Amino acid sequence: MAQDGIGASMKRREDARFLKGIGKYTDDMSFPRQTYCYILRSQVAHGKINKLDTAAAAKMPGVVAILTSKDFEGVGGVPCGWLVTGTDGPMKEPKHPILAEGKVRHVGDPIAAVIAETLNQAKDAAEKIDLDITELPAVVDMKKALKGGGTPVHDEAADNLCFNWDFPGDSAEVDAAIAGAHHVTKLDLVNNRLIANAMEPRAAIGAYDPSLDEHTLVTTSQNPHVIRLLMGAFVLGIPEHKLRVYAPDVGGGFGSKIYHYAEEALVTWAAKKIGRPVKWTAERSESFISDAHGRDHVTHAEMAFDKDGKILALKCQTLANMGAYLSTFAPCIPTYLHGTLLAGQYTTPKIYCNVKAVFTNTVPVDAYRGAGRPEATYILERLMSKAAREMKIDQAELRRRNFIQPSQFPYQTPVAVQYDTGNYEASLDAAMKLADYKGFEARRADAKAKGKLRGIGVCSYIEACGIAPSSLVGALGARAGLYEAATIRVNPTGSVSVLTGSHSHGQGHETTFAQVVADKLGISSDAVEIVHGDTDKVPFGMGTYGSRSIAVGGAAIVNALNKVIDKGRKIAAHLLEASEGDIVFEGGAYKVKGTDKQKTFGEIALTAYVPHKYPIDQIEPGLEETAFYDPKNFTYPAGTYIAEVEVDPDTGRTKVVQFTAADDFGNIINPMIVEGQVHGGLVQGIGQALLEHAVYNENGQLVSGSLMDYAMPRSDDVPSFKVTTTSTPCTHNPLGVKGCGEAGAIGSPPAIINAICDAIGVDHIEMPATSERVWRAINKI
Amino acid sequence: MSKVTLEVNGKSVSADVAPNTLLVDLLRTTLGLTGTHVGCDTSQCGACLVHVDGRSVKSCTMLAAQADGAKVTTIEGLAKNGDLHPMQAAFREAHGLQCGFCTPGMVMAAVDLLKNNPKPTEAEIRAGLSGNICRCTGYHNIIKAVQIASGQATA
Repeated sequence: MAQDGIGASMKRREDARFLKGIGKYTDDMSFPRQTYCYILRSQVAHGKINKLDTAAAAKMPGVVAILTSKDFEGVGGVPCGWLVTGTDGPMKEPKHPILAEGKVRHVGDPIAAVIAETLNQAKDAAEKIDLDITELPAVVDMKKALKGGGTPVHDEAADNLCFNWDFPGDSAEVDAAIAGAHHVTKLDLVNNRLIANAMEPRAAIGAYDPSLDEHTLVTTSQNPHVIRLLMGAFVLGIPEHKLRVYAPDVGGGFGSKIYHYAEEALVTWAAKKIGRPVKWTAERSESFISDAHGRDHVTHAEMAFDKDGKILALKCQTLANMGAYLSTFAPCIPTYLHGTLLAGQYTTPKIYCNVKAVFTNTVPVDAYRGAGRPEATYILERLMSKAAREMKIDQAELRRRNFIQPSQFPYQTPVAVQYDTGNYEASLDAAMKLADYKGFEARRADAKAKGKLRGIGVCSYIEACGIAPSSLVGALGARAGLYEAATIRVNPTGSVSVLTGSHSHGQGHETTFAQVVADKLGISSDAVEIVHGDTDKVPFGMGTYGSRSIAVGGAAIVNALNKVIDKGRKIAAHLLEASEGDIVFEGGAYKVKGTDKQKTFGEIALTAYVPHKYPIDQIEPGLEETAFYDPKNFTYPAGTYIAEVEVDPDTGRTKVVQFTAADDFGNIINPMIVEGQVHGGLVQGIGQALLEHAVYNENGQLVSGSLMDYAMPRSDDVPSFKVTTTSTPCTHNPLGVKGCGEAGAIGSPPAIINAICDAIGVDHIEMPATSERVWRAINKI
Repeated sequence: MSKVTLEVNGKSVSADVAPNTLLVDLLRTTLGLTGTHVGCDTSQCGACLVHVDGRSVKSCTMLAAQADGAKVTTIEGLAKNGDLHPMQAAFREAHGLQCGFCTPGMVMAAVDLLKNNPKPTEAEIRAGLSGNICRCTGYHNIIKAVQIASGQATA
């Protein structure tokens, strides 16, 4: 294997600039004559704006302009990218204005934008805005919201119901199966609301060049083309050829930087209005009340078993919080990224899922690492371990009895999706071996001797990644295609520029993609440049989320490479005076089969651009090809995680003492990077299980609204991990890859909670399992 | 406005600053040293960590005026003659960074940690870096990087 080919743990090419502090994040950039924007946000969760007078503020030193909703008349609202149709018809889709129009609907709802020479001047001026709001009753709890009665969040939805969704059909068959079952395990659980908290706060800079009538937006985005399309076409009415959106180095996303946010439209529009660039950077406390949140499901679930522990049916009823407005992909998260995963790794024959999406006076909720799949996995894997406990069957054994077998693939689940491949026993066995599952009872006894309660928790997860076949998601309500694009631009001297629609914000694409190209072309990765994140440079691409970069973006690169290789073969055949069928491409050279005649890839590139001796009547000069790859199916990474915790019964403090992960990601390009993705996902999942919680009080104030209040996992909260992989290559993409970005965050919360329940001997404990909650559970207080 | 004079990465610099100017703003905005990042507004995340007179300081929590006369080292001052500092090299070797945003602060904190405790245990490394938040790596490889830099592990 080459040091920089597929399968090598090549060190990352992007590291040097980050380590030296010379990366370029949005807030690191400054434009000549730049102004600064500060956004005045609602401090109340729900209210009617009686007065918004900016006259005194406008006279403050340094103020350039103050914008309110009146300045945005004729401008569209922030659009939603997915239409879910429920039992009562299409979802309710109220307008999401750039700046509040008459009402505020959550703490943090933007009201006015103050643009000044310095940020401090903008902040000082905002203090002088004369704002009078009559508070309206806020609704935070979803069950209360659905009862209506108060003041609805939107007039269009009197009962605050966005949609009521039944999937895949009605509940009759499932109800019957549950009624006749040997054993039924029931569980009420909450999937706690989380905040992504990428370490780089969101930022946006708008600029306008009147000489060319061109707009530029620099933004912290996972998908610049999506922002250009949504903002250009639906909000501001700027034609795409006059709008450049680029996202330079982006400091983490985890979903929160997928969406089109009001601030992006605001600075883009304001830059033209005032004739100067406008820069906005969120403060962290502002991120808490303006970045889309994640999760926030309340679920009742029932799973029916026969006497041998085989699953007969599953029924789930979920309330999903949408927040005050519909964020870009919000409606698809609790539906098509959640209900479709409820088969898990099991042969469950009958499944019913109902989701009621609810408006509340809280920050909009959308995808956060895993997005719908962690919620589905949490339901399933909590049920499985609770059922094992109730039926007195080992929790690993109960899973094993229900696994889809390798001979059953492709496997059609009852919840629409068809798994292409997998081997669930292989990853379970790998995890059990690495975790020394057999030795657990001895470790439990040792812990007991030290006064600690030790528990073990298993989770066998599956996820749908490589998002997604366009025709399928289109039928399900997506307002966009979900292919990916790549251009391979071979330069005359043989170096290669790869223009990809995927976006790297920590994933290491500049390394992984270069490995793919180096491997396929047989050249050094040093000769490969990965270009991403700029709508003026790369072909129309859909960006990075849903663990799609290698499975969809990587496939587009491979397809474009194949076109380049094929064209090169024609050129080589001409130069070598052989028939095309006799030319093989291997080790970076075109060779005539059975001879020592060959031309290197570099020689072919040069010939393509200096076409003196060239079949010009048959092929065009140049060596540059583009491919748009639309996946045939989702990919289905799966695996088993095993957590071991020790609980101090006196304090309830839970320590994760061992965590083992065995993942099947199909083929792997860079094992080092893949392991890193797993580590990071695991800690986000452990954070959800033990620490993190976005808490609103009944008035709609975000109580955990800063990093002093919202407990992020720190280095001393978590252990080092044992990770391994098994592999069943994906059958329908050219690299056989499945994606690895979200698995850790999907599989770890149930493993941790299962371990705590096992340690302290309870049926359930809610996340985050704080010391107080665990102590109360032990003491039944 | 008042004038401050300090040494940043070995060079003497002077600037007129407002009384409420934070050291991180002086570094990022006035001096253009954007390697020092701002990740929060409550001194929790450590992305802005620099060394002031040889000690770790969250530069969002110190006024520029307080740094008058001080010697400040930022991430840009760590590599010498283009060669990565051993801690920077260890982070690369161990894949101790992903998005790179927390990395400057994390590396500066790790350098200070080893200065005070050249051979820390894993628990000591975890405790020593607990003032810096990383959302990407899960810390596993950051710990490994510090073990490599302290000569206690290889990649």
